Amino acid sequence: MKNNVNRELPDDVMNALDYQPYQTTNIGNPDIQRVAPSVHVQTGDDKLVDSIEDVVKATVKDGMTISFHHHFRNGDFVFNKVMRVIIDAGIKNLTLAPSSLTGVMNDMVIEAIKAGTVANITSSGMRGSLGDFVSHGNLKNPVIFRSHGDRARAIEHGDIKIDVAFLGVPNADKLGNANGMDGKAVFGSLGYALMDAQYANKVVLLTDNLMPYPNTPASIKQTQVDYVVQVDQVGDPDKIGSGATRFTKDPKELKIASTVNDVIVNSPYFKDGFSFQTGSGGAALAVTRYLRQAMIDNKIKASFALGGITKPTTDLLNEGLIDRVMDVQDFDKGAADSMHTNPKQQEIDASWYADPDNKGAMVDQLDVVILSALEIDTKFNVNVMTGSDGVIRGAVGGHQDAATAKLTIISAPLVRGRIATVVPDVTTVVTPGDSIDVLVTEYGIAINPKRKDLQESLGHLAGVPVYTIDELQKMAAAKVGTPKPLEFTDRTVALVEYRDGSVIDAIHEVKD
Amino acid sequence: MAETEERLRRTMMFVPGNNPAMVKDAGIYGADSIMFDLEDAVSMAEKDAARALVYEALKSQDYGNAELVVRINGDDTPYYHNDIKAMVKAGIDVIRLPKTETADMIKTLEADVLAAEKEFGREEGSTHLMAAIESAKGVLNAPAIAAASDRMIGIALSAEDYTTDMKTHRYPDGAELEFARNMVLHAARAAGIAAFDTVFTNMDDTEGFYRETRYIHQLGFDGKSLVNPRQIAMVNEVYQPTAKEIANAKNVINAIEEARIKGSGVISMNGQMVDRPVVLRAQRVMRLAKASHLVDEEGNTIEK
Repeated sequence: MKNNVNRELPDDVMNALDYQPYQTTNIGNPDIQRVAPSVHVQTGDDKLVDSIEDVVKATVKDGMTISFHHHFRNGDFVFNKVMRVIIDAGIKNLTLAPSSLTGVMNDMVIEAIKAGTVANITSSGMRGSLGDFVSHGNLKNPVIFRSHGDRARAIEHGDIKIDVAFLGVPNADKLGNANGMDGKAVFGSLGYALMDAQYANKVVLLTDNLMPYPNTPASIKQTQVDYVVQVDQVGDPDKIGSGATRFTKDPKELKIASTVNDVIVNSPYFKDGFSFQTGSGGAALAVTRYLRQAMIDNKIKASFALGGITKPTTDLLNEGLIDRVMDVQDFDKGAADSMHTNPKQQEIDASWYADPDNKGAMVDQLDVVILSALEIDTKFNVNVMTGSDGVIRGAVGGHQDAATAKLTIISAPLVRGRIATVVPDVTTVVTPGDSIDVLVTEYGIAINPKRKDLQESLGHLAGVPVYTIDELQKMAAAKVGTPKPLEFTDRTVALVEYRDGSVIDAIHEVKD
Repeated sequence: MAETEERLRRTMMFVPGNNPAMVKDAGIYGADSIMFDLEDAVSMAEKDAARALVYEALKSQDYGNAELVVRINGDDTPYYHNDIKAMVKAGIDVIRLPKTETADMIKTLEADVLAAEKEFGREEGSTHLMAAIESAKGVLNAPAIAAASDRMIGIALSAEDYTTDMKTHRYPDGAELEFARNMVLHAARAAGIAAFDTVFTNMDDTEGFYRETRYIHQLGFDGKSLVNPRQIAMVNEVYQPTAKEIANAKNVINAIEEARIKGSGVISMNGQMVDRPVVLRAQRVMRLAKASHLVDEEGNTIEK
């Protein structure tokens, strides 16, 4: 069957997993029934257990679904500690349902798959050796990729039923009150983990910093937690930050960032009280710097900044240029520290952030978002999941969710090295072109023809050439040529859900 | 002088000819001139590869309206003739000769370029030339060098080699370059060609870069050689005319138009005759204003 972005989806897998093909970005106003976790009633004085072995023995059984968060990113020690014990215990056929998988987890996941411990994976993304492993057909069942908002939706729907959540925290008391702000390995917002804490049947906290009871402020509450395990170290503080807080000096990134800023400033949305989301990474940080100057020059303040937060954004908060920061994760220590000191930086969970099946999510209120792309095609469809070799090397993240903003800007170079970014058809559709408004490259911009209003306001900016997306694609092809088409087998190694739970694309095994 | 219509040459950006990524991206920064370097930026082992790379780039890449310049290796190297042939064949706008010390060097280059134009069927005289002045001898001969060929479009001061030759080095206040700057500038103006100031390499000293750029702007240089694209916006900012200059220039342009409509040979504004220098300055201000996106193609002020 084909979906509405013209992707051929495998009938067998779609039927076996009872999936619908992607239709539209429009969520509508359906009535939704959410699920609730089972609760094992406790009234004791503490929930401390002596070891990970003990808690695994008490909670994890063959065939269960277990989860982790990825707030420690590449400084995570918790995932590998717990998975080591689970593999060694000989447990089989688990579904692994973390908020995402980072590079430091790759070897352990591969080992768990080989050992039969892990049979299914759902994640925001995967990179490196694990992406390679899965793309070469080494996991029997297809991986399900979900955006952060879609994971929240799937948990609330019961599409993901978490039996046991193992959640690392830099502090907790003996009954499970915890936050992400105090301790050695701090990461700030617990946004993604809050879903697991709220919906998992069993919640296990792992901490290296046992605090006197009651520990406040509590993001995860004792009402949600079953066990607390003390470990040596939950994470490496030096590797938690993405290290992206330095402003880029790359002239090409600066050129793109300054054009992104021109697009924002000249759009109808740049007015007092506007809201925005930028990601991490050099260009996004540079945009924040340009935007800061534009806000000062035009005496404009933002009502809120949303999503993954970096220090340049919290600096704007402290400067009074942003009124609130709505924070689902922090990319650096500066942003994490700021959450501690500034009450206007609000921790939000993934549902509040971006779940489409909601009584209102933050992304619905978002004016401007700047997103990246590995590839974007002439229909404005974006790929942030598979590389130019067809191998999985990315993450949906909040891409589909934030793309629902009123002005969605993709910032990407026309070509990277000898690989075109603007292509006739993306390898994998992650975010549908219907939700993308403007592409900004170092050569100029392309405006989605559906946005006649933006053609009007952005069509004649000084120093910002406007092309059609087809023209940009041809420019890219003229520079780097047309590559031989990638070759895949018929085997489906992953499905990419749209945020509403339909399937937007399938990823196939690469043929080497 | 090679051209009648003066073009803006505020920024001449150096691009190492052996760096494919930088060669490919050279067009995106809005430099008035792009100078692909086959000389000092390229090691001996890479001379042929760099020449081939720049040749292919000139044939295949779109650099928009930028003037395309190549710095070839000097005639005391085995690369000189191949550099000229390849670049003329590729259709380069301007060949820049390094370490120029005499007018004869330009005359020799002119003959070599003409031979290459004939060999590759390129229109004779279409390849322009410029000279880099990098020594005391070059500075003293600058007037003759600037006037050595009708193909010459400019001369540039290169301060690193020059200060070494002068047994000094560069200082923040630039006093050591005062004579050379003025010689090069006067030689250029007397010959009716462009004058380019030397590079400023310390990217961390933004204040120093602005100070030097304001100074050479005040002297009357057309622009500056640059090593980093980030310097382009800074130079353009210094060269950007003020609102008052633009308003005044518009009045002059209107007066010219009025005179043309009336068929009058005399241009007058507010009852006074407008001299030719005033007209030339007004036209230059409007060119700069357009390039700075302060006015549109029709000369209307763009609201910011």
